[in-house]
Amino acid sequence: MKPTGTARAKGLAKASTGIAAFDEITGGGLPHGRTTKLLGGPGSGKTVLALQFLVHGATQCSEPGIFVAFEESPKRIVANAESFGWKLVDLQRKKKLYLMDAQPRYDLVQSGDFDLGGMLAAVAAKALETGARRIVFDALDVPLALLPDLPAVRREIYRLHSWLLEHDLTGVITLKSPADDPYFVNRQPLEFMQFMVDCTVLLSHSMVQGVSQRSVRVQKYRGSGFDESASPFLIGASGFEIAIGNTLTRSDNTVSTDRISSGIDRLDTMLGGGYFRGASVLITGFSGTAKTTLCGAFAQAACQRDERTLFICSDTSSAEVVRNLSSVGLQLERYISNGCLRMVSARNLTGSAEAYLVRIKALAIEHNARCVIIDPASAWSTSATDLSNQNVAGRLIDWAKRLSLTLLCTRMFDEMSRQIDGGPQLQISALVDTWIHLNYLIQAGERNRGLSIIKSRGSAHSNQVRELVRSHAGVTLTDTYTADGEVLMGHPALGKGTRRARCRRSCRRGPEASGRQARRRRGRARSAPEVTANRTRRETGEEGLAGAHHAKR
Amino acid sequence: MSHQGRFRFQLYVAGDGLNSAQAIASLTAICQAHLPDRHEIEIVDVYQHPERALADAIFMTPTLVKLAPAPEITIVGTLSDVPIVLQSLGLAAVIV
Repeated sequence: MKPTGTARAKGLAKASTGIAAFDEITGGGLPHGRTTKLLGGPGSGKTVLALQFLVHGATQCSEPGIFVAFEESPKRIVANAESFGWKLVDLQRKKKLYLMDAQPRYDLVQSGDFDLGGMLAAVAAKALETGARRIVFDALDVPLALLPDLPAVRREIYRLHSWLLEHDLTGVITLKSPADDPYFVNRQPLEFMQFMVDCTVLLSHSMVQGVSQRSVRVQKYRGSGFDESASPFLIGASGFEIAIGNTLTRSDNTVSTDRISSGIDRLDTMLGGGYFRGASVLITGFSGTAKTTLCGAFAQAACQRDERTLFICSDTSSAEVVRNLSSVGLQLERYISNGCLRMVSARNLTGSAEAYLVRIKALAIEHNARCVIIDPASAWSTSATDLSNQNVAGRLIDWAKRLSLTLLCTRMFDEMSRQIDGGPQLQISALVDTWIHLNYLIQAGERNRGLSIIKSRGSAHSNQVRELVRSHAGVTLTDTYTADGEVLMGHPALGKGTRRARCRRSCRRGPEASGRQARRRRGRARSAPEVTANRTRRETGEEGLAGAHHAKR
Repeated sequence: MSHQGRFRFQLYVAGDGLNSAQAIASLTAICQAHLPDRHEIEIVDVYQHPERALADAIFMTPTLVKLAPAPEITIVGTLSDVPIVLQSLGLAAVIV
């Protein structure tokens, strides 16, 4: 369920966090003037989220903030946050942000009961001085743990509650979640804090098959609708980055009828013009079937149209890919140097499927790409659970469509039989618009590459299996010669002449006719004494045909 | 070990709640008993002077700070546990 409309329309004012996806999940942000509880284990990102909330308030919403630090020294927090580029020192100087060191002294001597009145008084003074509207109490469980007994804890929580109400601040309290804090086992957990918090956000950080998975979930939000599912996130270069869950509406994007070239003319013809702009294309095939070549051809074609392209190679370094592609006549260096093409080597990108997705999005937006190539897209399936895998593929495609990016992914097939048990892995093929498959055809002692279009939505595409031929001059597809219903490729179909000559011959043939019969007729009519072919046929005992063949010639 | 110098205390309390009253009473009693005519107590109400709390980094109340003689000692709480207080103040030997 997603809340719609602006936050204020519903009557409950919301304080934006500046994290786009989080604001979307909560319909505007955290409850304004109320208290939010942020729960999470160690290292789950509570401090980062809380701090980001304050920084956003200070920089974008004209709401200065106060950060009361019970567990870490403000100096350390500022230093740790440097990597996010939030310029905390600057904000402190301008009095937009104040970090209060409220760590209990290590040499504290305690005699009798105490309360947090002092702290609240100090904070009140600061709030008055700076005009703060947002406040964070980071690791509130620390001072509460010092209190002698449970009634004292409750009393202090009440005190905090009335204080927050009195001062009309948007408060965020971070606490260690019960499961992680053994202290909670002995004491009644601070669950009764529920009464005073209007919103509870849970952060979790778990390891799945050795890969870190972080997720955020809004558990409760009084007075507002919110997205109840957990959303994966990661802590990136500028703070929290949350991936939005599946959106039901994709109404914004306009569907294009433009066609763009795949980089291989004959493939464009087979596709009825080329790929649709904004389409998602999947190229599958065994290892070595030239998937990367097709990617390179697409990249080159895109750059020739001056369209910025992002090429993510997950298997090899980008330099190697460029070198390898140049051997088949695809020169990508010049596009890299003029900035049109950006190649990113993602081999060392470990992490969850989420992390992958977020990085790809960031890279694409940073480069202002119109075409995105991911080779191979199966790199993330080795980590993460199957569920998030499929989710990620779907979200990637959705996102690309929303931005009208043409997306080209490759995926390796280990074996066709994997379809049965490797369900989620292959469902990406159901999501894409165009699916091209490359395979090997072994005939007469040769291994040739065949390309076929398994599906292409919205296009009348060819159903032929073509041979993919690569040479120094470039990449192209040839028609396959057939003899008696058998598709021939490579030398069996060649006879005299080089491969290039055969390409030229097939190119000269004109628009393809439909059906194999026509092709076969043409093939027979044209072919020069196809010595090897004849030999093959003789071997299979079809001498009669050979004779007829010669006669026609 | 007993000290001969004057004791100077600052007692930060939050308003006039129970904790504050207890701390004041407790400190006064200790001083009367162990440091007659040798003590000075300044009581600071952080609700009325919040800037003092900020400046002196007082977050828990009541808080007792012994300024003199050195070293500076901080004790948090209502001071109801007297032996601890005495020990911290170095007055343990003067137990009555």
